[in-house]
Amino acid sequence: MFPTPIEKTKPSIQLLYKIALPIALILWLLPLIAVAITSIRSAGDITAGNYWGWPSSFNLLENYTAVFTNSPIGQYILNSFKVTLPTVVGTLALSCMTGFALGVYKFKGNMLVFFMFVAGNFIPFQILMVPVRDLTLSLDMYNTTAGLAMFHIAFQTGFCTLFMRNFIKALPHELIEAARVEGVSEIQIFWYVVMPLMKPAIAALSVLIFTFIWNDYFWATVLTQGADTQPVTAGLYSLNGQWVASWHLVSAGSIVAAMPPVLMFFAMQKHFIAGLTLGAVK
Amino acid sequence: MRTFWKSNQLKLAPWLFLTPGIFIFCLYVILPVFQSIAISFYAWDGLGVKEYVGVDNYIELADDEAFYTSLKNNLIWLILYMLAVPAGLFVALFLNQTVRGIRIYKSLFFFPFVISQVVVGLVFSWFYDPTHGLMNILLNAIGFDSIAVLADERFVTYGIIVAGLWPQTAYCMILYLTGLNAVDPEQIEAARLDNAKGWRLLWYVILPQLKPATFIAIVVTVIGALRSFDLISIMTSGGPWGSSRVLAYYMYEQAFSEYGFRMGYGAAIAVVLFLIMMIYIAGFLYKMYRDERGL
Repeated sequence: MFPTPIEKTKPSIQLLYKIALPIALILWLLPLIAVAITSIRSAGDITAGNYWGWPSSFNLLENYTAVFTNSPIGQYILNSFKVTLPTVVGTLALSCMTGFALGVYKFKGNMLVFFMFVAGNFIPFQILMVPVRDLTLSLDMYNTTAGLAMFHIAFQTGFCTLFMRNFIKALPHELIEAARVEGVSEIQIFWYVVMPLMKPAIAALSVLIFTFIWNDYFWATVLTQGADTQPVTAGLYSLNGQWVASWHLVSAGSIVAAMPPVLMFFAMQKHFIAGLTLGAVK
Repeated sequence: MRTFWKSNQLKLAPWLFLTPGIFIFCLYVILPVFQSIAISFYAWDGLGVKEYVGVDNYIELADDEAFYTSLKNNLIWLILYMLAVPAGLFVALFLNQTVRGIRIYKSLFFFPFVISQVVVGLVFSWFYDPTHGLMNILLNAIGFDSIAVLADERFVTYGIIVAGLWPQTAYCMILYLTGLNAVDPEQIEAARLDNAKGWRLLWYVILPQLKPATFIAIVVTVIGALRSFDLISIMTSGGPWGSSRVLAYYMYEQAFSEYGFRMGYGAAIAVVLFLIMMIYIAGFLYKMYRDERGL
């Protein structure tokens, strides 16, 4: 193991390490800790400029209730779910199929199709912006959560295909061969042989895509406007404009907006990291 | 029909599975790239009639000071964002221990990557706030004057990059932690027996084994740097006086904002950004091609 395991070092170093660890963590998360504390401050603290001292009172419930009653944040969050969940389902459905096709079959053009998906991943969003907005307008889906989800499904299919294809390629090919010898059709092989083995990949991609899409801001501003359709990232930005001096509300709103992906991450940490670090080990 | 499928299914099946994915991907991703390139030769407000103007948009771009500011900022982003890679390695090495509770520490260090860049941007604009921001309170405490980072042309881009480095470092850290897990312990022991330690051990034994992690870290950091949009939009809207714009933001501003709807000009900016990215895409695909061929 590198660096030297701390248990094998001098007791003084071990002690130092154990002290340094929490200090480093607090420094690292200081901006977030500040937001969390501010989100329970009173409006009085904010006007008095008491940002960093001890809060004069703890207004946890008041502030968080105020965020939900004084702003459409509930609607924003609902919109975020309406964009994120269909995207996760749609992307997984498409990329299980594309990944299967590219990972299992040898055919002319396999590499070309695969590279198209991979290259598409790296394209800067801005070059897609004008045509995608036009396309969404002409499909009558501008300013709808469905229109936003459609784009996300298409774009994320690139990354997910890369992931699924590599995952399926690493599965034992003999299984598929054996099924073919038995006369099982290709569609049945996909559904009954390969799909059950793809559960870890599906889990990893679901959390990853959920987080990516939940946190998307750019496409939300390009394809939606107004509280009826905008997801919470774009919503938070407009709330920030309205609550100019109400930092306690902005902070509480930020925390509410950040919650779903954070909970998702902690609940499915193993899968999340497995998805993110694909390719980091050979 | 049934027999036709039966005898040809090995040839037909892959295309059957690929069609929906390829269709939607081409419609929303591949085709728009070419449409944008086409639009960049027109003057268009997004609604009215497109007017063909040849390379006029590009000629205007070559004379546009704001374009060069954005290009320069993109370059600064690209260079400084790379700090996330060694910083991530450093944090990973710090956390690569097996003391009690280390798993929780690792997840909490990773935290900044999970939250939205909108929240990161809000948090940092507040950290930099000239009157109440923590940074200036600390500066004043040690006897310096306050700096309005986000309102000062000299500092603004660096200030935003620091905000971006926070989640990006967390991302690189997790890549390296996974990589470190897979480092061959026998090789380390052998190197230790040969009296290698510290930096030399890291440089000659560990880093070569972390190559795949480093590669991915560099790829995602380059993409992250060239995609920098959210933080700029949240923290400064490109200001003050456009000094923190990057190409991605400048394009958005030209195409869809109060400055007018110049789709053609915006598309031309996006094409330039795309060409820069193409260098990386080509490099990445080339490496992948070699790996696939097993060279």
